Amino acid sequence: MNKYVTVQITQKGAVPSEPAAQGKHCPACGIPLTQEVLEESLFVCPGCEHHLPLDAPGRIHALADAGSWLEVAGEVRPSDPLAFEDVRLYSERLDDAQAETGLSEAFLTGTCRINGVPAALGVMDFRFLGGSMGSVVGERFHQLVLAAIDEHRPLVVVTSSGGARMQEGILSLMQMPKTVVALDLLAEAGLPFVSVLAHPTTGGVLASFATLADVIMAEPGALLCFAGPRVIEQTTREKLPEGFGRSEANLQHGQIDMVVHRRDIKERVVEILRLLEGGVICRLEEPVREDEEVLPWGSSPFAQAFARAKELAVASRGWLLGRDT
Amino acid sequence: MPSLPGVGYSEEIRSLEERLEELRERQPSTAVWKVVERARNPHRPQTLDYVEHIFSDFQELRGDRVSADDPAIIGGMGTLAGRSVMLIGQQKGHDLKERQRHNFGMARPEGYRKAQRLARLAEKFHMPVISFVDTPGAFPGADAEEGGQAGTIARTLQVFSGLTVPTLSVILGEGGSGGAVALALTDRVYMLENSIYSVITPEGCAAILWRDASEAGSAADALRITAQDLLELGVIDEIIPEPRKGAHKAHRATAKKLARALEAGLSELEELSPSERRRLRREKYLQMGQVAS
Ligand SMILES: [Zn+2]
Repeated sequence: MNKYVTVQITQKGAVPSEPAAQGKHCPACGIPLTQEVLEESLFVCPGCEHHLPLDAPGRIHALADAGSWLEVAGEVRPSDPLAFEDVRLYSERLDDAQAETGLSEAFLTGTCRINGVPAALGVMDFRFLGGSMGSVVGERFHQLVLAAIDEHRPLVVVTSSGGARMQEGILSLMQMPKTVVALDLLAEAGLPFVSVLAHPTTGGVLASFATLADVIMAEPGALLCFAGPRVIEQTTREKLPEGFGRSEANLQHGQIDMVVHRRDIKERVVEILRLLEGGVICRLEEPVREDEEVLPWGSSPFAQAFARAKELAVASRGWLLGRDT
Repeated sequence: MPSLPGVGYSEEIRSLEERLEELRERQPSTAVWKVVERARNPHRPQTLDYVEHIFSDFQELRGDRVSADDPAIIGGMGTLAGRSVMLIGQQKGHDLKERQRHNFGMARPEGYRKAQRLARLAEKFHMPVISFVDTPGAFPGADAEEGGQAGTIARTLQVFSGLTVPTLSVILGEGGSGGAVALALTDRVYMLENSIYSVITPEGCAAILWRDASEAGSAADALRITAQDLLELGVIDEIIPEPRKGAHKAHRATAKKLARALEAGLSELEELSPSERRRLRREKYLQMGQVAS
């Protein structure tokens, strides 16, 4: 069975039903915005640099080199494990989200090239039930990591999520440990992970894979918060300062590496991957010390560890060697 | 409907019964809500009570070595059936004064950092890690957020994923969301009979999905948060039965049952090699979830 499906990403940005685009005015500064202007600027207001939501297809269009996107795990589809019903059926909410977005779930995963660099890329779509993480998001993340390991590609994920998919109950909570475990496999394969946090990234997504990246960048003004300002104000009756929990505050408090304008993300991601792979090359050139094989540890774990490290370094070098320049 | 004496009133009674039935349907299923109330009962045994009943030689270890000691998470070493174990457990406190001191069991980043430190210490000296979960959730405060609550929870999960020593967790009362699962990525997960484990509080879920916090009972039903539910969903391994009156009325007897379950679990896990334990744990979590495909 071919697990890869080719998906044409032709759409340049948000579909017209996207609420921010509909108003045709910047929600921050109020200047009128046309669809053309928005597509041209990757949905960043040219007047005030406010970053409007960018949906998953638009995101892939902005990051992946033209024609390089191959979807991974697209056949993994949502089910309704709890037969959940609130004021509506979860199955209906899923149908509606699929119809409104044209997507099967809140997370698109695939392989591609980013400025020529082979990568495994995942992008979340906030329009799909608030980008919430349920079983499909977790499983697609898992399979994306496996594809990255298989093909020696670095992992790049753009997040935008309100947190866990409540309608899948405890199974959605279990996607936190699941994605964390998947990242352990990636780390053991010596492959890097860069995350790009877009507005908003909160709850279970922020408290699992999103903050475990080797390098974390965020778009300007994104809300990056575990509990969310409303919950905090209700629980503690604290009045929160302006800009609380936003990217810039997170940078100040040491929680992320950098705040990057959307138009510069592609280049910054590639630059970071290039620097990280430079380290891999350095490790390759380290000579193997024979004397480590006779240490008094029954199975000589040092030597084994070193051999393993070398093996992984060779394997992971593939994401460097596979690039056409 | 049974036949009613006093025919003249039967219509009125019928309509009252119908009204009652209607109200019952809008009320939380009493069985589930009773579990929620028991899980949150302040007299229920908590981490420090189990320490007293199970780990007689307990040495508390404090602090995250960065900034603080978080009293919402108790940590330390003790002996269980002849071997040293590391215990990491959330503590809510019984009365108001205690609850304030322990911040109602809502940990801050320093608490999760303490958990990470102790888990690493246990790994270094080959001690099993036992964690007790009892929290409404991680503390939702500005200081906690600025201190990296989310990232710290993620890194705690990562530390537990990497351990090779036997790891066991028990949901004692309330297993509230990310703040709970942070301590429960373990080889074995147990729930006490009247505990709950949920992605969100029933009240929070009702407020968001029903837009009406008074629908908490309906949310509690829909979310499937009881020990039986979680066993059926394959998320936990075993339910630890409570004495008939409930754990809150029988601390010692509950502790005994809990200790027995832990000992049995430990014996099983000790049969496996360290790398096998980690491999099986990771496989278990990689399979979590249900998708159509
Ligand atoms: Zn603007």
